[in-house]
Amino acid sequence: MTAALRVEGVSHAFGKVQALNGVSLTVEQGQFVALLGVNGAGKSTLFSLITRLYDNISGSIEVCGHDVRRQPGPALARMGVVFQSRSLDMSLTIRQNLRYHAALHGIGRREAVERGDRVLERVGLLDKGGAKVATLSGGQVRRAEIARALMHDPTLLLLDEATVGLDVRSRADVVDTVRALADSGEVGILWATHLFDEVRTDDPVVLLHKGEVLAHGTAAAIAGVQTLSDRFLELTGVDEREIAA
Amino acid sequence: MTPNRLGWSGRLVALGGIVWREAIRFAQQRERFLSALVRPLVWLFIFAAGFRSVLGLSITPPYETYVLYEVYVTPGLCAMIQLFNGMQSSLSMVYDRETGAMRTLLVSPYPRWFVLSAKLIAGVAVSILQVYAFLLIAWFWDIRPPPIGYLTLLPALILSGMMLGAIGLLLSSTIKQLENFAGVMNFVIFPMFFASSALYPLWRIQESSELLYDICWLNPFTYAVELIRFALYGQVNWTATGIVVAVMAAFMAAAIYAYDPSKGLVGRKRG
Repeated sequence: MTAALRVEGVSHAFGKVQALNGVSLTVEQGQFVALLGVNGAGKSTLFSLITRLYDNISGSIEVCGHDVRRQPGPALARMGVVFQSRSLDMSLTIRQNLRYHAALHGIGRREAVERGDRVLERVGLLDKGGAKVATLSGGQVRRAEIARALMHDPTLLLLDEATVGLDVRSRADVVDTVRALADSGEVGILWATHLFDEVRTDDPVVLLHKGEVLAHGTAAAIAGVQTLSDRFLELTGVDEREIAA
Repeated sequence: MTPNRLGWSGRLVALGGIVWREAIRFAQQRERFLSALVRPLVWLFIFAAGFRSVLGLSITPPYETYVLYEVYVTPGLCAMIQLFNGMQSSLSMVYDRETGAMRTLLVSPYPRWFVLSAKLIAGVAVSILQVYAFLLIAWFWDIRPPPIGYLTLLPALILSGMMLGAIGLLLSSTIKQLENFAGVMNFVIFPMFFASSALYPLWRIQESSELLYDICWLNPFTYAVELIRFALYGQVNWTATGIVVAVMAAFMAAAIYAYDPSKGLVGRKRG
């Protein structure tokens, strides 16, 4: 079976600053992979390369077997993205945002309405579909963004620090929603985070630091006899306060 | 996604969606519509009325007789609406980039040139509505071009709107922050408008200053104005048409280059 995402030997630099150095990882369909790293580790840069906001010059990135550089259309058509910063149009309602996104993927109005109800129900926002995004709570906006990312039935879902700025309950809601998606087996998920409590022991983890993959395996295997956070601190040498930030 | 969605039928849906979103945003911003109308109307009702007796106009094509200054200035004001709208679209691109909404557009599976062109078309559609609303009010002010002119004006408005929108699109790729946009007003909109044939015929300008005449002659906005002026009287100014199309193609190509992640400016910025 073709992997939902295959990243091999990807490097990227901004001028003299090396943001990523030979990064490789794989996300299978139905898998929840945690991309763990502190701020500045290179997570957002990697997401920008996968989504083709930046051009990847070295290494290769394939989404469902489609190289994002050579076949950007089919690759982008198969991925849904939740960016670190909010990207919904605040002046529109949730349903209008969903319809706009559907159109950007070639899905007509009638089908967009049906799909909109389905994805809103999936993220628990069916009753909020007519509300303007500006009136929603942070957690609701995040779930609306997940609904939007699911509108075109992606095989790969990328979420970049999707719980940042949310209260504990909203965070739990968002994480549960995403895990339920992975459990359904329909979509592979790459979950970028710096919060260890969002990672389960059996989750595949890619530990990214200063643009390099330091460890790759299940959280339990990486942690060994230590906790994941202690092992992370040992591997990266970062200060505990840096993670909290 | 089914393969046919990546084809032209899917692209048409995407184009419809982008135009629809632009229309909704425009409808929500009533003050934007009002200011787009008030600006040329102030010029027409006050400026043109005041200068009617000062500025004499000889018979120049497409006019077959002496015309009032209000009549002369109307095509220039139509172009002014499109100029402001083109820059407004560019402003909304910068805003979308700052708020993150731009990424939704850029991660669409369709080629970037298509997505940017669709965005441009959406902006032009809005500007055409504004121009016709302005001409409707102008009709009551006795600015009455031949009825066929309202029809032949449409393709001219599409071309001039696309050209001015393409200039705005390229500008939006170079502006890093919304705050920098004020400079566009001072360094792009006003010089383009005043150093053109929008308010005075070029021969009048030539009488005053050869240098200014040369500047007006080089200004692409002059050709947008002349394209509209002739079209409003059911005629085609081929020189203006050719220059508008060429400038539109050049700026559109530059904007697509600037937004291309593998070549341009936007993809190279760290975000």
